[in-house]
Amino acid sequence: MPFGNTHNNYKLKFSAEDEYPDLSKHNNHMAKALTLDIYKKLRDKQTPSGFTLDDVIQTGVDNPGHPFIMTVGCVAGDEETYEVFKDLLDPVIQDRHGGYKPTDKHKTDLNYENLKGGDDLDPKYVLSSRVRTGRSIIGYTLPPHSSRGERRAIEKMSIEALNSLDGEFKGKYYPLKDMSDKEQQQLIDDHFLFDKPVSPLLLASGMARDWPDARGIWHNDNKTFLVWVNEEDHLRVIAMEKGGNMKEVFRRFCVGLQKIEAVFKKHNHGFMWNEHLGYVLTCPSNLGTGLRGGVHVKLPNLSKHAKFEEVLTRLRLQKRGTGGVDTAAEGGVFDISNADRLGFSEVEQVQMVVDGVKLMIEMEKKLEKGGSIDDMVPAQK
Amino acid sequence: MPFGNTHNQLKMNYSAAQEYPDLSKHNNHMAKVLTEELYAQLREKATPSGFTLDDVIQTGIDNPGHPFIMTVGCVAGDEETYEVFKELLDPVIEDRHGGYKPSDKHKTDLNPDHLKGGDDLDPDYVLSSRVRTGRSIRGFCLPPHCSRGERRAVEDLAVEGLGSLDGDLKGKYYALKNMTDEEQQQLIDDHFLFDKPVSPLLLASGMARDWPDARGIWHNDNKTFLVWVNEEDHLRVISMQKGGNMKEVFNRFCTGLTKIESLFKDKGHEFMWNEHLGYVLTCPSNLGTGLRAGVHVKLPCVSKHEKFGEILKRLRLQKRGTGGVDTAAVGGVFDISNADRLGFSEVDLVQMVVDGVKLLVEMEKRLEKGQSIDDLMPAQK
Repeated sequence: MPFGNTHNNYKLKFSAEDEYPDLSKHNNHMAKALTLDIYKKLRDKQTPSGFTLDDVIQTGVDNPGHPFIMTVGCVAGDEETYEVFKDLLDPVIQDRHGGYKPTDKHKTDLNYENLKGGDDLDPKYVLSSRVRTGRSIIGYTLPPHSSRGERRAIEKMSIEALNSLDGEFKGKYYPLKDMSDKEQQQLIDDHFLFDKPVSPLLLASGMARDWPDARGIWHNDNKTFLVWVNEEDHLRVIAMEKGGNMKEVFRRFCVGLQKIEAVFKKHNHGFMWNEHLGYVLTCPSNLGTGLRGGVHVKLPNLSKHAKFEEVLTRLRLQKRGTGGVDTAAEGGVFDISNADRLGFSEVEQVQMVVDGVKLMIEMEKKLEKGGSIDDMVPAQK
Repeated sequence: MPFGNTHNQLKMNYSAAQEYPDLSKHNNHMAKVLTEELYAQLREKATPSGFTLDDVIQTGIDNPGHPFIMTVGCVAGDEETYEVFKELLDPVIEDRHGGYKPSDKHKTDLNPDHLKGGDDLDPDYVLSSRVRTGRSIRGFCLPPHCSRGERRAVEDLAVEGLGSLDGDLKGKYYALKNMTDEEQQQLIDDHFLFDKPVSPLLLASGMARDWPDARGIWHNDNKTFLVWVNEEDHLRVISMQKGGNMKEVFNRFCTGLTKIESLFKDKGHEFMWNEHLGYVLTCPSNLGTGLRAGVHVKLPCVSKHEKFGEILKRLRLQKRGTGGVDTAAVGGVFDISNADRLGFSEVDLVQMVVDGVKLLVEMEKRLEKGQSIDDLMPAQK
């Protein structure tokens, strides 16, 4: 791989034009933002840990475009990436996050008591509820860039922090490389297991190197709180349960997250955060809250309605198949979640999901009875 | 990606033990050789262009082992890799190339007049004949490491050189990224087209970055001489035709290759070569001649004989399916080629194929008639 500064300096022998990628067939945020002039300006830079412009953009160069969704096409290799390469990443962030400006400030609110309602989504329609986010640990490079030593240090710290949790959070860590067949099958049945990525978007960024070394899954005994270690981010924190009690899921999410953060802070390793970008993660699309709060919900009628997409857009929601991103809906069951990550707080985003899903179920019920939903279409949030 | 020397220096904050890969489930040449001591010794080194130990070994870490074949598990990023990392690569070469020692000298012989026979392999059995090799252009980094600027420069040089060939070798270049659907279909029908690699062995080395930029296929009007530009090596040179006239195939191969080499020399560019390793290529398995000469041959009876494997071994030949490496034989038709690359000359290797296939066809005819082949068993070459 050619991405450190020795080869980066060596590349400077070639003109910017000779090194500039051919993005003529590309459709992603990086390709929209990276002009030849910006490439010229940033090509001799690197972060203190040695992450270069070509490192940032490689995934977007290798993956011209996605049929269903506008991909980001760039990643961060450490906290400083967002500063050193701001001339590329600020426009990407602005385009991706609804006009979020370089001067904007992001609000963090993990006080679950600020959520109104959310404990009464109709379980005949809402099959399950889930909230996830990511966290990066200060002082380490991110998954596209981290070495085995760094990744193992992150794993070690994570295990220590998670093993200190008790009560409803008491649980166990399962490293991917030592998993027994039985443990593996159980984790698959619980829908907890993550496997080596197959998506070329992820592979091209370098995050799957050395798999499965220092990767693992921690979950509580109740199987309602789960942490992925060293997948696309240092940590992915997930609260989930069957049914529609999003209020309870969000409570557990906030409480667990804050407990974990307290342990890391004690060891002088807080989470990467700043008042402009919120929580700093590998993919620019996850900046801010890094939060995706969603439900699996039956909407066979509404999803066939001509205004379905319009409704989702106005509610600031997004649909996915029940296998997650890149999958299709099955049997009229959709994964509905917040579309935003940056510029809205955690509470605000989960509120949008709660209110939006409640409305969509009402619409579904109306359509079931053959009624019209025209008077129910919401204003743009 | 973390592989330049800035991040290499950052990694030195972690001990060798912390950075040393877990190779406990691995079965490839790199894993057999790379002890923790050796890792500790080599980890702070880099070639002049910035290729580091982790660059060399990443593909072997990410790919623990192959069911059919013992993979190499390491690659070169430039000519100097084989020198800077000799403590790792010399033992890998010795193990892979039948005991070839660091002090051994390799013989190059591209004089087709030295081949005896080879023009009379029975076309009822031998369906096609092919010879391929690779060449690297001195002064440029190799595919796992090269930048877009370097790759494009290699393509420019190749297109210029090949464009000046004439007579039987006169032809045309088809850049992968500008190919029309019609051209693409024709190249597929001719069995010429190479596509973006899917093998994780190749992808993990970094050679597929920026695909399809600066990749292409050149072939002569007669469709018997073909050059791949910037696939696994800078150049792959292939001579092929239907039937069993290996002599003619090898003739064209040598003539074409020698012409191309002198065209490059005229422009001040040599091929990477030295008297110890012969031609220097990306994969240590292709050092020496880089030559694979083979036939597609019908051996439905011999291939079922219990001594088939033993015969091939004694003849220093290797079998593959008709789709190439990683494929299975279809309809009793096998791809039979030389197993060696280093320590024998080109003429030596093609001679082995010619003589060996002649014998195998004889054996096949015997077995067809229900006769024994015991008296035809060869001695170990």
